This record gives sequence, structure tokens and C-alpha cells, in this order.
Amino acid sequence: MDVTTIAAGVSGSLGVIGYGLAAVGPGVGVGLVVSKTIESIARQPELAAKLQVTMWLGIAFTEALALIGLATPFIFGV
Amino acid sequence: MVHALDLITAGVAASTGSGFEAPSINEFYPQAVLFAGTPFEMNRIMIIRVLIMVLLLVVFSLWAGKFKGSAKKGKLVPGRFQLMGEISIDFVRKSIAHDQLGQKDGDRFLPLLTTIFFTTLGMNITGIIPSLNIAGSSLIGLPIVMAVAAYVTFIYAGVKKHGGHFFTSALFPAGVPAAFYILVTPIEFLSTFILRPVTLALRLTMNMIAGHLLLVLCFSATQFFLFNSEGIFKAFGAGTFLFGFVFTLFEILVAFLQAYVFTLLTTVYIQLALADEH
Repeated sequence: MDVTTIAAGVSGSLGVIGYGLAAVGPGVGVGLVVSKTIESIARQPELAAKLQVTMWLGIAFTEALALIGLATPFIFGV
Repeated sequence: MVHALDLITAGVAASTGSGFEAPSINEFYPQAVLFAGTPFEMNRIMIIRVLIMVLLLVVFSLWAGKFKGSAKKGKLVPGRFQLMGEISIDFVRKSIAHDQLGQKDGDRFLPLLTTIFFTTLGMNITGIIPSLNIAGSSLIGLPIVMAVAAYVTFIYAGVKKHGGHFFTSALFPAGVPAAFYILVTPIEFLSTFILRPVTLALRLTMNMIAGHLLLVLCFSATQFFLFNSEGIFKAFGAGTFLFGFVFTLFEILVAFLQAYVFTLLTTVYIQLALADEH
């Protein structure tokens, strides 16, 4: 069975698959940001407030990719 | 119980027939209520926006009056209402503006940052207020307005401080071999002058859209399981209702967090524009 026959059997919105793919990278990314922040806070609890601000920034930048993935089906059609 | 559910799902395209109707993007384009057909067409979301705007104006002018009054009288101990205002505005002032920009520049850009924070918070929080049930910022218009304000402000801040040098140092970062500017300059242009405002607006809108769709999905599934299904499936309704409740709590967090992130990013962009070294 080659790829085109399998792909022909897939029906429904491509946007859903696109969003699923778009969520993988940022998912890993946000996980890394948060885990490193937790690690750093565990090492230096007195810096917690500063690290948290940086963490939110990192999450915001990373998460934007997933949200662009969520927006593209609406913008470009399916 | 039935009444509470009706309230929660009011205005939501809940399943009325036997089949389950999943929420769609049409949630965000409700029918016009006032002035239909004119450019000033008002639907549910617009009414919520106007409501929140009036609320913010009233609360902030009352706070301003209190602050001025007690400064004139030399009153040192604030009342309950004034204290609420001081804590709210001090949050933006101390933990966002002063932390990122320093005392002087922080106070200079405080009006914009306060406006952005409280507008976003107010517009977001309507997403979980019963009988309003949709965030004022869940349509791209309002986030675009605030992203444009942030965009204009950080360019203004950079140009005021560095003149035309702001653009050259943003597009041609120092310390890069000349040949690489072919690669670096388009990327810098895209990320600084296009993606920054676009992601600001999209982040807020998409968070609100996704949150609202999740809530609608949970509560309309609850309604479907409780009233349109039989036997053991009715029990699923309790599960989806619990999910809906948990997501409502989560949405409160998201509403606050998105307001915070929007303001923080605006502050950071201004700070990057003001920085001496790019």
C-alpha cells in the first residue's frame, strides 16, 4: 500500500491535522521552558520572581507558534 | 439544575434535536441585535465590549477622583475602594513597568501599559461571566487595536531615543559579517516589524477563541448527554459538566495571564527599542 492510497482514504478537515502537527513543537518547547525554570528555581529559590517573568515570556513566544497553527485554517481556508 | 444549565448554555448553539451539534466558529458571529444593516451594527460581542468599556471608564474615573482627593487632603490611609485601585495599578506599575523599564521610563509608558492591561483583562474576563459568556477580545478587532497601539509605541520610543539609527540597528544588528546581512536583515525585519504585532493580536484572540470553544463543547455535551441520550450515557453528562467547571477555572487563569503576557510583551518591546545596544 503506497502513501497516496492511504492519503486518499483520509477525509475531513486538513486544518485539524495541521493544528495537531503545529502543536507538537510548541508542546515540547513549553515543557522545556517550564522544566528549566523549575530546575533553576529549585537551585536558586531567591530568584523565583525574576525567573517566572522570563518563563512567561518564553512560554508566550513558544506558544505563539501553536496559535498561528490554530489560526491558519481560519485565515487560508481548509 | 435545569435552570442553571439553561443559563450557562444561553446563547450557545446547544443541541436541540437528537444529534449532537458541535460548536463551530459561527459562535463568534452572533446575529445583530441593534442597528442591523448599518455600519454601527451591534451584536452580543459588541454590546459586551461597550459594557466593559463603560465599566472601566467609570471605575477608573472614580479611582482617579479618590487619588486626587486624598492627595489634596493629605490623607495617608486609603479606604477600601481606593486601596483596590492602588493595588491594581501598582501591580502594573511595580511588577511590570518598573521591573522591565526602570523608574523613569516605566512611569513614562505607564498610561499605555495600564490601559492595555485593564482593557485586556476586562474584555477577557467576560468569557466566564455567566450570561455574558463570550470574551470581548475573542474577535480579532480589539486585539488588533491594542497590538497597533503597542507597535506604534515601541517604534515611537525607539525613534525618539535613537532617531533613524533605531531602524538601522534593528535591521542590521552589530557584530554580523557583512555578507550575512542578506540572510539576517529579512529575518530581523519579519520578526521585529511584522511578526511582533501579528503574534500579539493572534495570541490573545486565539487563546480566547480556543477557551470559549472548549467551554461551549463541555457544556453543550453536558446538555446533550443529560437530555438527549439514554441509560448509562446520562452519567457522562456529570463528567463533561465537571470538565466544564474545571475549564471555567482555567479560563479565569488564562484571562489574567493573557492580559499579563500582552502587557509584559509590550513592555519588553519598548525596553528593547530603548536599549542602547541592539
